[in-house]
Amino acid sequence: MFNKLDSNDRYMMIFFIIMVLAGPIILAPFGAGYPDLLQRFAIFGLFAIGFNILFGLTGYLSFGHAAFLGVGSYSAVWMFKLLTMNVIPALFLSVAVAGVFALAIGYISLRRSGIYFSILTLAFAQMSYNLAYSVLTPITNGETGLQLTLDDPRILDGANATGDIPSTNLFGLTMNSTYKAELLGMTFQFNVGFYFCAIILILGFYTALKIFRSPFGLMLRAIKTNQTRLNYTGLNSRPYTLAAFVISGMYAGMAGGLMAITDPLAGAERMQWTASGEVVLMTILGGAGTLLGPVLGAGFIKYFENIFSKINDNVLHAWFSFMPESIENLLVGVLHFFVGKGWHLTLGIVFMLVVIFMPGGLVEGGNRIYKSLRRRFGNADETQAAE
Amino acid sequence: MSFLEVRGVNKRFGGLQALDDVNLAVEEGTIHAIIGPNGAGKSTLLNCFVGKLIPDTGTVTFDGQSLLGLKPHQVNQVGVSRVFQTPEIFSDLTVMENVIIPCLAKRDGAFTLNGWSSVDAQADIREKAEQMLLDVNMADKRNMQAASLSRGDKRRLEMAMCLSQDPKLLLLDEPTAGMARADTNNTIDLLAEIQEKRKITKVVIEHDMHVVFSLAQKISVLAQGHVIVEDKPENIKGHPKVKEAYLGGAH
Repeated sequence: MFNKLDSNDRYMMIFFIIMVLAGPIILAPFGAGYPDLLQRFAIFGLFAIGFNILFGLTGYLSFGHAAFLGVGSYSAVWMFKLLTMNVIPALFLSVAVAGVFALAIGYISLRRSGIYFSILTLAFAQMSYNLAYSVLTPITNGETGLQLTLDDPRILDGANATGDIPSTNLFGLTMNSTYKAELLGMTFQFNVGFYFCAIILILGFYTALKIFRSPFGLMLRAIKTNQTRLNYTGLNSRPYTLAAFVISGMYAGMAGGLMAITDPLAGAERMQWTASGEVVLMTILGGAGTLLGPVLGAGFIKYFENIFSKINDNVLHAWFSFMPESIENLLVGVLHFFVGKGWHLTLGIVFMLVVIFMPGGLVEGGNRIYKSLRRRFGNADETQAAE
Repeated sequence: MSFLEVRGVNKRFGGLQALDDVNLAVEEGTIHAIIGPNGAGKSTLLNCFVGKLIPDTGTVTFDGQSLLGLKPHQVNQVGVSRVFQTPEIFSDLTVMENVIIPCLAKRDGAFTLNGWSSVDAQADIREKAEQMLLDVNMADKRNMQAASLSRGDKRRLEMAMCLSQDPKLLLLDEPTAGMARADTNNTIDLLAEIQEKRKITKVVIEHDMHVVFSLAQKISVLAQGHVIVEDKPENIKGHPKVKEAYLGGAH
């Protein structure tokens, strides 16, 4: 029985790896196969996976995770400025600094639970955001955002001969180089930066899977369902929640570092509360407490944000041009509110529908479809099993 | 010195003297019942054992060690398990997982960052949990979600969770509260059965006198925060002070 569970996880892992690595091919027909968006899918997927370790398992709803994202970005850019354009040290520093921040913020915030915990984390994140804008300008470069300049020291890289700002690289392999392939009238773009993010995403997913199945993960789930019983069972819930908080903060820092790696600048707006809210939406939309959910939710929201928002009236007219003009105008007039700049309305409606009818998120929806299919074709399965 | 010794414990809540110079001695291997009418201070006394409340004065010593100032999880790690009035279980988890958690707590202590090995790979823990479920006749329900159990099974599961840690002392807070007579009898049978298999010292808080007379070796009667009588069950039944406390003989 448990061997079977393990093999289920193995299939899920293989499925996940294939889907992620084949991302540029799978998403190209949907107009989402370009590097910039693919990178965002991977980065926010990683962010949501980490957030889910805290929120999905322990039920502690943090409204300040964007702070760690921002801290990660700033750390990475500083590493590019001071040490080297190689991405490895930058990524390590983002994770480490975000971890330290999470330890400090978590230590204080976790003294409270429920809404008070959420408000505390929100307060800390807004504090970080405002500090980054004002007092900490020497470190964050305030409103302009932290950027690379020609006269940055970059100790390990040596003198800059070209006169251009160098690009981020993995031991010489530049992140913004893209290999293009034409097939079936479509252009597939294989970008180094995306594949770097994808590998980190896969490693992050694997780590989350291990945590979910471990005694540590079991304790975190126990915290969500009954903290009183946990304490009277001889377990100290505080270090467990703190560890979960720090781990998820480190995931966020890693996502922030990747953002800087794919696009080497960092701004304070990354820490704003809307960014913290976004990861909450992603996790709930996809399915909190499930493994695949957060990644799905992140992909869904980022797709909406980038693709749906680009559908304007001209595109709509082109879609419905085969209809009589009066109906065409009517349809375009109605849909106008739901696409383009109105994409938030559609997302809001989808979110409401999911929360009301599928509290388990998109993953629950998928499971329901799978089950109804199995029920319909169940007889065939049983006869096969009998044979 | 007794196994669990309570000496001169006082606890005040504002103007209410909830516990008034309570003395209690529980002998190892026995079932000791604490009974008393509503508001006598039974639950307050129990909360003083487990680190939820700290008495204003007095000492609580367990197995030669003071329990005062310890947090609930520390009290448990010393060897004291507690069964609640309404079963406190991990409702969202499976029955098996519910029993695995206390086993892990017993083996690994109050906190271990064991995030890389699988729960399923802990053979010793699984074996122990499996055996425990067999002992309480719940092995067939191991994959059920704990929330879907009947009330009686929830109580049984909570008992199994506590017992799986091999506690030195088991505290039961009104284990039959709000139960129908049949369920009450089942619980009594379960307790008697457990007592037969493992001689664990137990302190039972009860409102229902019927429950304790068939179980306890010794009974303390608490009224208005004070222990009025401490004796064997047969001597308690007809005791005039007890009748007075329960029936309000003062009037």
